[in-house]
Amino acid sequence: MNRKKLQKLTDTLTKNCKHFDKFEVKCLITLFYNLVGDVAERPGVVTGLDRNVFRNILHVTFGMTDDMIMDRVFRGFDKDNDGCISVSEWIHGLSLFLRGTLDEKMKYCFEVFDLNGDGFISKEEMFHMLKNSLLKQPSEEDPDEGIKDLVEITLKKMDHDHDGKLSFVDYEKAVREENLLLEAFGPCLPDPKSQMEFEAQVFKDPNEFNDM
Amino acid sequence: MGVALTRLAQWTAAGYETGTLEITPLNESILNEITKFVESFSYKYPQEAKFVFVEPLEWKTYLEPSAFELGYVVSATTAESEETGKDGQPLLFLSVPYIKVRSFGQLSQLLSIATDSKLQEAQACIEANRDPVVKILGPDYNEMKEDPTRLTLLDTIIKDKETYMKRKVAILLKQLDLHLLNHSLKYISLEISLNPGTFKKDIELLKRFSGKGEQTVLESIEYTSDYEFSNGCRAPPWRQIQGEICYVLVKPHDMETLCLTCSTEGVFLNGGKTEEEGEINYERKGEIYKDLVTCLKDKSPVFSENMSKHEIRFTEEQQKDNQIFEKPKTEDGHSSVAGSEKSKIEKISFGKSPMTKRLEPSLNWRVTVDYKDHKSSIKDSQEEKQGKLEKSSSVSVAPSRAQSHRKGGEKVEETVSESSSESEEDEEPPDHRQEANADLPSEYWQIQKLVKYLKGGNQTATVIALCSMRDFNLAQETCQLAIRDVGGLEVLINLLDTDEVKCKIGSLKILKEISHNPQIRRNIVDLGGLPIMVNILDSPHKSLKCLSAETIANVAKFKRARRAVRQHGGITKLVALLDCGQNSTEPTQPSLYETRDVEVARCGALALWSCSKSHSNKEAIRKAGGIPLLARLLKTSHENMLIPVVGTLQECASEENYRAAIKAERIIENLVKNLNSENEQLQEHCAMAIYQCAEDEETRDLVRLHGGLKPLASLLNNTDNKERLAAVTGAIWKCSISKENVIKFREYKAIETLVGLLTDQPEEVLVNVVGALGECCQEYENRVLVRKCGGIQPLVNLLVGINQALLVNVTKAVGACAVEPESMAIIDRLDGVRLLWSLLKNPHPDVKASAAWALCPCIENAKDAGEMVRSFVGGLELVVNLLKSDNKEVLASVCAAITNIAKDQENLAVITDHGVVPLLSKLANTNNDKLRRHLAEAISRCCMWGRNRVAFGEHKAVAPLVRYLKSNDTNVHRATAQALYQLSEDADNCITMHENGAVKLLLDMVGSPDQDLQEAAAGCISNIRRLALATEKARYN
Repeated sequence: MNRKKLQKLTDTLTKNCKHFDKFEVKCLITLFYNLVGDVAERPGVVTGLDRNVFRNILHVTFGMTDDMIMDRVFRGFDKDNDGCISVSEWIHGLSLFLRGTLDEKMKYCFEVFDLNGDGFISKEEMFHMLKNSLLKQPSEEDPDEGIKDLVEITLKKMDHDHDGKLSFVDYEKAVREENLLLEAFGPCLPDPKSQMEFEAQVFKDPNEFNDM
Repeated sequence: MGVALTRLAQWTAAGYETGTLEITPLNESILNEITKFVESFSYKYPQEAKFVFVEPLEWKTYLEPSAFELGYVVSATTAESEETGKDGQPLLFLSVPYIKVRSFGQLSQLLSIATDSKLQEAQACIEANRDPVVKILGPDYNEMKEDPTRLTLLDTIIKDKETYMKRKVAILLKQLDLHLLNHSLKYISLEISLNPGTFKKDIELLKRFSGKGEQTVLESIEYTSDYEFSNGCRAPPWRQIQGEICYVLVKPHDMETLCLTCSTEGVFLNGGKTEEEGEINYERKGEIYKDLVTCLKDKSPVFSENMSKHEIRFTEEQQKDNQIFEKPKTEDGHSSVAGSEKSKIEKISFGKSPMTKRLEPSLNWRVTVDYKDHKSSIKDSQEEKQGKLEKSSSVSVAPSRAQSHRKGGEKVEETVSESSSESEEDEEPPDHRQEANADLPSEYWQIQKLVKYLKGGNQTATVIALCSMRDFNLAQETCQLAIRDVGGLEVLINLLDTDEVKCKIGSLKILKEISHNPQIRRNIVDLGGLPIMVNILDSPHKSLKCLSAETIANVAKFKRARRAVRQHGGITKLVALLDCGQNSTEPTQPSLYETRDVEVARCGALALWSCSKSHSNKEAIRKAGGIPLLARLLKTSHENMLIPVVGTLQECASEENYRAAIKAERIIENLVKNLNSENEQLQEHCAMAIYQCAEDEETRDLVRLHGGLKPLASLLNNTDNKERLAAVTGAIWKCSISKENVIKFREYKAIETLVGLLTDQPEEVLVNVVGALGECCQEYENRVLVRKCGGIQPLVNLLVGINQALLVNVTKAVGACAVEPESMAIIDRLDGVRLLWSLLKNPHPDVKASAAWALCPCIENAKDAGEMVRSFVGGLELVVNLLKSDNKEVLASVCAAITNIAKDQENLAVITDHGVVPLLSKLANTNNDKLRRHLAEAISRCCMWGRNRVAFGEHKAVAPLVRYLKSNDTNVHRATAQALYQLSEDADNCITMHENGAVKLLLDMVGSPDQDLQEAAAGCISNIRRLALATEKARYN
């Protein structure tokens, strides 16, 4: 990609992104194209990160492990649902990942947890997301009992309107009361440590890019 | 008596007939108790004292017949009492060296005659009469089985006087017996500490700390035998007889395997276990150590080294175990007391079921029959009695045991202890765990479930569980203890050690709440929570820092915790938190884990406040550069920031270093500013800090210059908050030491208010109020003011208090008022002088001195002072005797009082008779200028009577006085010159002065600007010179 094009792309993306400055956008774009690799640009074919590459990034860079959650995060990034993450989706997603406000994050997390996208996190969805969260005790008769109980506890804590499922309002209220519940059903944001490492690595040494 | 004697007294030989009592503390105390009982018998129970024994008590006495006087018929080798029994026989018959006694009356008389050899006689009597009860009451009464209530019932039935009397005596003897048993149990329980239980625990604990690796204390520790007898011993029965409990094979890191014997006597190395036969050579091969740990420490250096690292934990565990097992233990200890005693006396082996063992003490009673006609009641009365004994003995045993354990635990602490100004809640509260399953609240089970998820969940589940746990009322003790009891504390603390920020935050949020509970604090420290929290202070996440600091603030409320914080470098880190406040570059988007810098600093200050209650921590805070940071934070205007900051400063201001630094950092200014705050707590701490700092004169001036006196004065009007009032009055007291401040206070009408506070206030307030008035009354106007406001009466009323600090201040204030004659009249009318005089008898030297100082103006200004002083019976003697004190301040004050007393000729005569001259002379060799001055004044006054001048010379008071002239204090010079002038009226004194070079020194004094000094010096010189002239004249004539 030539310099002029990159410059233009940077400018447009910076305009649409409130959390990154121009330099940071430039870095991320560079990173994106490094990750995508040398695919010849052809009109009509979308260049971007496919699911597997992206999951790999999530796993290696942001330390996520849960397959299901990673899928959901991919969907969260892939706004246009075309199965691959374009450069603008990449910048948008990372802007939330790294710099998102609480409101933005809540919205994003809720979407991640709302598996079927019906606007509610149902008991079944919770169960699905939490099913691996407890150590299985061989002695217990019903291995799922603990999970069910945990779901009940969560509902008790977060379901303010007592309708047996979490609406966004419920979720938002609970998270505002207790920030720790933001990622209540699994880590879908980078943990602070890997976030810092990522930023340090990507945004390092501005001089290197000055002459671009 | 019988039981105690036969069972408990320690006889030398096993053979009953010829045994003599060993001289042991136990026996001595038993004998003492018996003699006390017998001695008091005749006047406590005069009726029963006449009761004639069935058989006489007969023994070989050391008493001579001549020792018996009134009431006895005495010959060269015999003595018999005039008192006789019904049969006409004397009740006491002595035929050297044998004596027969037949009543308690005679016995007690005998003991009073024996005086010094009382114990000897009692011992001889008991040695010769091994069964005194049988002899006194007849064989039927050998053992008593009755309880008093039944006997009183019987009393009404039995009319026969003889039997009645016998019964009464029997009860008395039984009571003595019980008393003796309890008494000796107390003794025994102090001595015996080793039993199977203690060993078992020790070994189990050591096992826990054993294994491979450098850090463990031992490689292994094993019993030689897996079989445990029901009494807890593992030694074979035939060895148990020797008191041996078990054998252990110990493999330390640095030595061959040791084979140790644990016995009731202690722990020692035995001959070892032979490989092929598996037999133990029981022979002792070395010293006996008091317990296993001591033994191993001595044997293995590595053990001792590693042990010292583990020691705190080890002893804590020991303590904990003891607390948990306290109940079984007392019983255990009790039975082993009886058991080991028995093995000494009767050689009964250990091999019995615990049940029978516990009943053992009762066996002692079960020996013989009861009253023939009440046989049916034997059994239950016996049980009752046994119950009684068990109860009383366990009562007497339990506290002393518990104490000795505690001692063991505390010792470790003491060795690393520190001096500190700790206060509240330094005593460990009793650790009461909830009884298992006894009506547990539903929260308990819910919390238990949550803790299970904490333990077995991934971070998502953990966060949910943590958040849910916070929904419980964590301020409630049930929940706090429930978390601990289901093992939640361990998990919470473990979470702090992970990398999961969310889990750490969640865990700290809970710990912060539950650590308000003193027990939980201790548990957190025991579980090693503090070092982890101290580490978190380094975290990049501010909210983590905050929570951690806040939790530390809660936990560090007791000494051990404060020390732990310091030892893990917590103080430096906490001080570093204070620095955050300066950074103005707040992050633009507050992320999940961030919070404001000010908040971090506030939490840091909060933790430092808790920590600053220990002396060493104050020092550490200063060294870490905390003072400038605190000073900077003091400039902010957030109340919740200011309170911990001022609180810390106020704690620390008890240290000299801090006061200097506080002055240097211009902290006073801000303290004064905050006095005007709305917040009462803040005002209180500011006033308190000023109180601490205002010992220093410059600081007092600073308070005035920054306008601090006015808010202080106005705060006086609000008396509802007593803590604040105490702090404010304290600050006023210290500030009023400076005259300029007093003038200001008068302007602000503070003195009137202070007088109003003299009644109905708690002592902490009174001390300060009176102290402030004492300072104010140094000024004439204020004295008048205090009198006009009616302050004298309440002040005099306070003279009868007992609070020492208050008395010191009250006497000072009264003394200050007495300077003014009109006030003095009131004091006199209220009998204040007598009250002051009585305070000379107060045990505390400060009070004595202060009272004596106060008396000086009283005597000076009272009308008819001489008569008044004489009216105090024994008062003058009391004052003179105070000259024997060894407190310089008391001596100086008493000398001053004597100076005033001696102004009256008659009183001077009296104190001369009481020997004031030699006492004053004795004090002459002193370097204390204050004492010198008042002593010289007293001497000069006392010279005015009789031949006192000569007497001072004889008691060698003159030469030291001359040396006073070399002092740097003009007051001393003046007083000394006057004294010397008085003394120089005597020729011998003149010679002494001349010999000691007084003339040259006095010549210099003549040039002094002080007229009195000039005059006295000149007069003295003239006396000396005149003598010289006279001698010269005599020589040449």
